[in-house]
This record gives sequence, structure tokens and C-alpha cells, in this order.
Amino acid sequence: MKISREEVVRVAELAYLELSETELETYRAQIDEILEYIGKLNELDTAHVEPMAQVLTDDQTADATLREDTVVPCGIATEVLKQAPDPEPPFFRVPKVIERSGE
Amino acid sequence: MTWTIENVKEGLTAKKISARELVADFYERIEARNAELNAYLALAPERAYAQADKIDALLAAGKPLPALGGVPVAIKDVISTRGTVSTCGSKILQNYVPPYDATAVARLEEAGAIILGKTNCDEFAMGSSNENSAYGPVKNPIALDRVPGGSSGGSAAVVAAGLAVASLGTDTGGSIRQPGALCGIPAMMGSYGRVSRYGLIAFASSLDRIGPLANSVKDVAAVLQTIAGRDSNDSTSTTAPVPVYTEEITKPVKGMRIGIPRDYFAEGMDSGVRDKVEKGIELLKKLGCQPVDIRMPHTDYAIAAYYIIATAEASSNLARYDGVRFGLRVEGDSLIGMYRKTRGAGFGAEVKRRIVLGTYVLSAGYYDAYYLKGQKVRALIARDFREAFQRVDAIVTPTSPIPAFKLGEKTDDPLQMYLADIYTVTGSLAGVPGISVPCGKVCGTLPVGLQLFGPAFGESAILRLAHAFEQAGGAEL
Repeated sequence: MKISREEVVRVAELAYLELSETELETYRAQIDEILEYIGKLNELDTAHVEPMAQVLTDDQTADATLREDTVVPCGIATEVLKQAPDPEPPFFRVPKVIERSGE
Repeated sequence: MTWTIENVKEGLTAKKISARELVADFYERIEARNAELNAYLALAPERAYAQADKIDALLAAGKPLPALGGVPVAIKDVISTRGTVSTCGSKILQNYVPPYDATAVARLEEAGAIILGKTNCDEFAMGSSNENSAYGPVKNPIALDRVPGGSSGGSAAVVAAGLAVASLGTDTGGSIRQPGALCGIPAMMGSYGRVSRYGLIAFASSLDRIGPLANSVKDVAAVLQTIAGRDSNDSTSTTAPVPVYTEEITKPVKGMRIGIPRDYFAEGMDSGVRDKVEKGIELLKKLGCQPVDIRMPHTDYAIAAYYIIATAEASSNLARYDGVRFGLRVEGDSLIGMYRKTRGAGFGAEVKRRIVLGTYVLSAGYYDAYYLKGQKVRALIARDFREAFQRVDAIVTPTSPIPAFKLGEKTDDPLQMYLADIYTVTGSLAGVPGISVPCGKVCGTLPVGLQLFGPAFGESAILRLAHAFEQAGGAEL
């Protein structure tokens, strides 16, 4: 077994993902099978291979660079806030995260 | 009749039909067929008619039509469209209305295209059958009991069913090319960096690409032409010049070297598909192409590397759905509780599975064994391509090992579904362009796709080959 139930629980906590008991077991079994399959990568000796961290090669990235950091008109803040489940313009409201002393 | 960019523009210029009438005609047909196909998730009539009126005004003033003037198009639901709900096929974005357009959408509209609506897809583009949409599967217009492929299933189905002249899809591991193959239309992803991803709601940022699906290679070329090129809002879009693809496709293919990777023709391929693809290669030879046997020795490891990298990036990208700034919120007893409940309720099974897998391969203790290993194998696969392109102009493979399968046939076994991506994920990992072009039918009706890969920024070569192949009757093999 590549992945245990406890590991799925831990990973779901890391990902802030609520899973039901049924989901936990189903995903554990399916991910176990996928990891088993992924294990075939160990057939390859990659000790001297540089990981490919980005797609474009150096000569291609030379032109794919960051733009000038200048302020440009945007003006969509109101529309952006409209998409929030609980907006309080100009803020997004969330459940309380800091308890006041005495509460 | 099959709608093409050319006959739309001819019809408009000759005043046989106005742009407004054309749009009404498309909406009428969408109304009639969409209930069974489930291919459109949202329509944008206000926007479409406003654009149609602009085109009609141009025509009335006797002005020439722009490149895509009056051409009705559809946009995959993971691509942002200002003012039109963009759900990504997910419940978590059920009511999300983007406040801006993706660059590709803005460029289509600037070129005169008329945006009809948004197409169904696998949730967050994760899937190969369109069965992972929270809004139900799309049916393949060629065989209603079969899948259209995925994840851009809706984008392929609307074009194949004549409910749009062209569409935009997105391709992360085959999500444009495979549905194109299964629905019998040409479909293309350009090189990584060719088309801006600004406004594409991210799945896996080092793999995601926006690209066109249409009824002809010429139209695929015209749409790619319109959306390609540097965009200052996407630092990975390059300034590499964009050739005039619509002219490039007419250049001769005689003498072009086409690589046939033996590694792609190993076990696992449907015998009917194999037969058609071999006939396809024969046709390319008849057109004067020179076949070259090549090896791509790391092909067999591509799926494993892909599902590490794609899920890792997805777990990171999808962290943004937390019930704060957009989309669904499910209240909890604390901030963290709200996050957990929102994400648990808003995401579907495949997305959750990938978030768990992706978080796992990135987590402490497993990063080296999985994520780093995946990136190293990705480098080896990219090297296979670079070495091959020193000897050949294009690589020919099947697009999918199987034709369109029955709805529900593979939903219980995610790994089996992943394995069907074998021929497409390699090019996704390498960042090279790929196109699927119709290559005969099996069982009388089910289309087969022939895939052509080109070197990075070598879109012209594969468009040219695909066009010649199509013109020589490739679809009827």
C-alpha cells in the first residue's frame, strides 16, 4: 500500500478539503492505484537529469519577460467585489479569525 | 452545409444574410439541439447581437470585414468572458461572472468574431470525457450514447454539430486534441507561450494552453492567427513573430520529413484506430512526405510524470477557491471550517481526487520522490522531442488510442481514463505544438484523429501538413 488512510486525512487537512468517510476510502484506494502506476518512474535513472522547472528555453524566455511595472487604469474593483459571497465594500468579509481578550 | 469562416464572410458580403440574422439562425439551432447535447452552458445573446450590429454597420458602410468578421464562435467555460457567467464546469463557480475578458476572447472580438456563448467541459478542465462536469456530460453529436472527449467536449461538440463555426478550447494534457479527434474535427494547441493565458482560469500553469477547434484546418489556422502573440498580461507569452498561418498552410509538403515513433505504436491501441492511422501515414507518403523511423524512448513514462505535475500545479492553483473573493461559500464554525466546507461542497470527485494527489506529491517527505522525479522525467521527454526534431519536421501519431467510448464506460476507474491520454500528454509536457486532424472512421461512424507534433514555435509545419492531409481526403480514409 502506497498511501494510508491517515495520510489522506493529513493531506486533506493541508488542502483545507472536507471529505466524507466514503470519499476518504474511495480516494485512498484510487490514489493508491495511481501511485502504484506512478512508481514506474523509478525504472529511470534520473540522478544526473536537471528537473524541467519551466517550459520555455532560455532563448525563448529572453522575450517573455515581465512588463514594465507601471500603474494602469483598471477600475473593476466594484465588479470584483460583486463576485464575493459576503462583500463589505471595499472589503471582503470573512468569519472572525482573532478573538478579543475577554471573549 | 458546413459553416466555415469563408462562407460566413461570403454570405455577409454578398448580403445573402445579415450578421444579426446569422446569429438568430445559430441561436435557433442551438435552441433546438442543446437540450440533447448539453454542449452550451450559457449563451450571451446581448453581447452577440451587439457585435452582429457592429458587423452589419460595417457592411452597410461598404467597409471590408475584418479577419473573423461576423463569424459565430463559442468559448470554453474555463476562459473568462466579461459579463457572462464562467463556471469552469464547477459548482464552486456556479454564479461567477468574470469582470474582464481573457486576452484570447478580446482578440477574437476585435477581429470581428461573434461570441455566442460558453461551452461545457470537465470541471476545471480535468477529464477526458466531459463526464466530470457539474452540469452533466456533453453528448457526442455523432453518436449520442458516446462521450465527445474532454475536457473541451462542449467546444468540440458545438463545432461538430454546426452550433458554432469555431470554438476555443484549452489543452493541458490533450483536452483540445482528443475531443477534436472524437468528434471528427481539426483541433490544435499551439506551442506553450504562443497564446496568452491571461483570463484562462488556471488548472496547471506550466501545461495549460488555449487553442482553436473548427471545421477545417484553414479555420483553425485563422483563429490561431488571431489569438496568438505576445500579451503583456502573460509573462510566459513570447514575442516570437506570428507567421501568417493562413498563407503558410498553402505551401507544399513534398519532401517534408515525418517522424513515426515506434514507441507510440506499441500495445494498447484499438486495431481499427491503428489501421486508420497507418492509412493516414500512407496518405502523407503519397503527398510526398518522407517517413523516418524515430525513437521517443520515454513515452511510456509520460502519463506518470504528467499526473504528478498536473495535479501538483492544480492543488496549488485551486487553493484560491476558499469562499472569500468569489464563488460558493458554505459557512463553518471558523475561517478554516468555512474553507473546508466550501471546498468539500463545491468541488466534484475528480477535482478533489487531484487536489489530494497533488497536495500529497508536494508534501514534505514526498516532494523528491514524486514532484522532483516528475520534473526530471519531464526533462527527458522534452529531450526526446528535441532530438527527434533534429531529424524530422513533424511527428505523426494517433491522437487517441480509442475512438469515442460509451458514456459511463470508464467513469469508475480514473487510472484507465488517464491512460487514454498516452499520445497527447507527451507534447503537453514538452511544450511543443500539436494538431489533431480527422483520419477516417471506425465502425462506420466513429472518427479517428491523426496527431501531428511540431517543434516549439513550428506551428506552420504541422498546419501545412494537416491542411494537405485534409485536402487529400484524410477524413474519408
